[in-house]
Amino acid sequence: MARPTGPPNSRLRGSDMAIWLTKDSKVIVQGITGSEGLKHTRRMVAAGTNVVGGVNPRKAGQSVECDGAQLPVFASVAEAMAATGADTTVIFVPPQFTKAAVMEAIDAAIGLAVVITEGVPVHDTAAFWAHNVTAGHPTRIIGPNCPGIASPGASNAGIIPADITGPGRIGLVSKSGTLTYQMMYELRDIGFSTCVGIGGDPVIGTTHIDALAAFQDDPETDAIVMIGEIGGDAEERAADFIKASVTKPVVGYIAGFTAPPGKTMGHAGAIISGSSGTAEAKQAALEAVGVKVGKTPSETARLMRKIMSGG
Amino acid sequence: MDLYEYQGRELFERHGLPVLAGGVAETPEEARAIAERLGGGVVVKAQVKVGGRGKAGGVKLAKDAAEATARASEILGMDIKDHRVNQVMITVTADIAEEYYFSYLLDRANRTFLCIASVAGGMDIEQVAAETPEKVVKATIDANTGVDEAKAREIVAAANFPAEVTDQVVDLAVKLWQAFIAEDATLMEVNPLARTSSGEVLCLDAKVSLDDNASFRHPEHAALVDVAAVDPLEQLAKEKDLNYVKLDGEVGVIGNGAGLVMSTLDVVAYAGEKYGGVKPANFLDIGGGASASVMANGLEVVLSDPAVRSVFVNVFGGITACDEVANGIVQALALLEQRGEQVTKPLVVRLDGNNAEAGRAILDAAASPLVQRVDTMDGAADRAAELAAAGV
Repeated sequence: MARPTGPPNSRLRGSDMAIWLTKDSKVIVQGITGSEGLKHTRRMVAAGTNVVGGVNPRKAGQSVECDGAQLPVFASVAEAMAATGADTTVIFVPPQFTKAAVMEAIDAAIGLAVVITEGVPVHDTAAFWAHNVTAGHPTRIIGPNCPGIASPGASNAGIIPADITGPGRIGLVSKSGTLTYQMMYELRDIGFSTCVGIGGDPVIGTTHIDALAAFQDDPETDAIVMIGEIGGDAEERAADFIKASVTKPVVGYIAGFTAPPGKTMGHAGAIISGSSGTAEAKQAALEAVGVKVGKTPSETARLMRKIMSGG
Repeated sequence: MDLYEYQGRELFERHGLPVLAGGVAETPEEARAIAERLGGGVVVKAQVKVGGRGKAGGVKLAKDAAEATARASEILGMDIKDHRVNQVMITVTADIAEEYYFSYLLDRANRTFLCIASVAGGMDIEQVAAETPEKVVKATIDANTGVDEAKAREIVAAANFPAEVTDQVVDLAVKLWQAFIAEDATLMEVNPLARTSSGEVLCLDAKVSLDDNASFRHPEHAALVDVAAVDPLEQLAKEKDLNYVKLDGEVGVIGNGAGLVMSTLDVVAYAGEKYGGVKPANFLDIGGGASASVMANGLEVVLSDPAVRSVFVNVFGGITACDEVANGIVQALALLEQRGEQVTKPLVVRLDGNNAEAGRAILDAAASPLVQRVDTMDGAADRAAELAAAGV
């Protein structure tokens, strides 16, 4: 497998490394004054993320102390963008207010919105997704119910622990948070360009296919790990996409072989309904297009390790 | 949450949709009272959340209240595909001239809602779609604009509904959409949607699924949960705010994060193949922070399953630090002892990630005879399966 070579000076051009989130990304936090929002804002700042402020209409004009610095709180996403040049928002507001928060981010045409909130009604997600479509896709939405996106060594938007792994040349896309961390840990000596947790809800803003396409185009990514789970047919559609458009090696893992039909396995979207959504069907679809699928997370890591060592 | 047909019927009725008059009974006497109130011939239908009840003998006609009582006593207590019939729905009969199909559902792949309509109703719509795709209309619904009269007319025209029912079906399509939105449904399916010989359009069935994530704006949906049908361990877990699903194996599983726990179930099942087919006993996700009380609650639920012979605690410390988890496990065992629970089943614990070394040291120092530490997920699954196969 020949390694795609990046531009000669790519190591120096941080903004070209990774997908969607780079060291130049300017991040705001919607819900920065809440306990989760504040805790993770501090973690993001500690990880080197360029957090430039937050949004809470009721606390506009105040500021939040973070690592010795004062982060300004704005009344709206639009105001925060105008004042700081923010291009990314991380959303921690409770499920009742998530739809309005994402709608506001879309209306402000921010480039990337990472929706961490768990338990968002699917009608609300469908509504903000439709709003984004009608508006001409101004915003890339990741989530909801996701751990976020991390480009190790560059930036971290969400709740993915920053110290598991350093930068490298593997791209990772996953529906599950802890499986993302597990895989980052298993391959921490090789490192990752970007790790994207797309979330376990039935409707999500960024799909496996979106991430595969971005990794395929990213000169800093050599190979891709794709983690899926039962429910829906996103992995099957990803397999079709891989066949048509991905030339970089892809290794897959699917969770939920032992899940019985009709029972939701933790994630709202992880349910086998009728004959669709089974792990077997997903594995078969991926293997049919040449993707090696590991039986366990550690076997999956071994498959990737082999590829990265030129095997 | 999937509703029973009678709950769907009542919900449709509340939203002004045309349904047959009826009621639900748990005893033959209740069935008699409903049949007497309705008068004349009735249909007695088993209330189970599984298809094929007609073939199984769960749907019967009765010409009067006495017959309805007899049919109800036959159907109540029946077992239909492992679902025990605890309730029957009694409705008046309808003189059906034609059967159609109409539904709204979540379309995951296209991240929107879909309307499926057909004049070929009464049977499995997937079969109709496979055999005569030209008879099935699939219309995408914009989540923000929804179904107004114009959109409904478009759908009804595309599906070729007969002219004499057009206005009624359009009205139904709009009302059903309003109900779909108002109730935060992910599925509302009417099959069959019938035209009676007198020309009236009626919903003869109501298949409804509601979004559990939306329960914060629907406190009334809690009453729709059939507590009697919920596994007692799942009920106990729910009361303790734990995400638990009962399975039919012997290895209790506790982990953090839905994906990791699902993966743990698989790894345990693979490992169990070596030990005579030992399988996972449950799914239990304790979430991000694994405090002692959460761990104690989790252990309590898993250990109260008599089928469990060993427990596998699989934690990857992401944000959660493994030393906190280890302390949680040690304290949980002490807490269970204080609660008077005799813990005798072996625990296999795998800690990895954030502060794993410190966590492992805490477990070693506690030196509980019940706790075995294995540091890889595959190895720990193997050990837990082996212990379950060996029994206690």
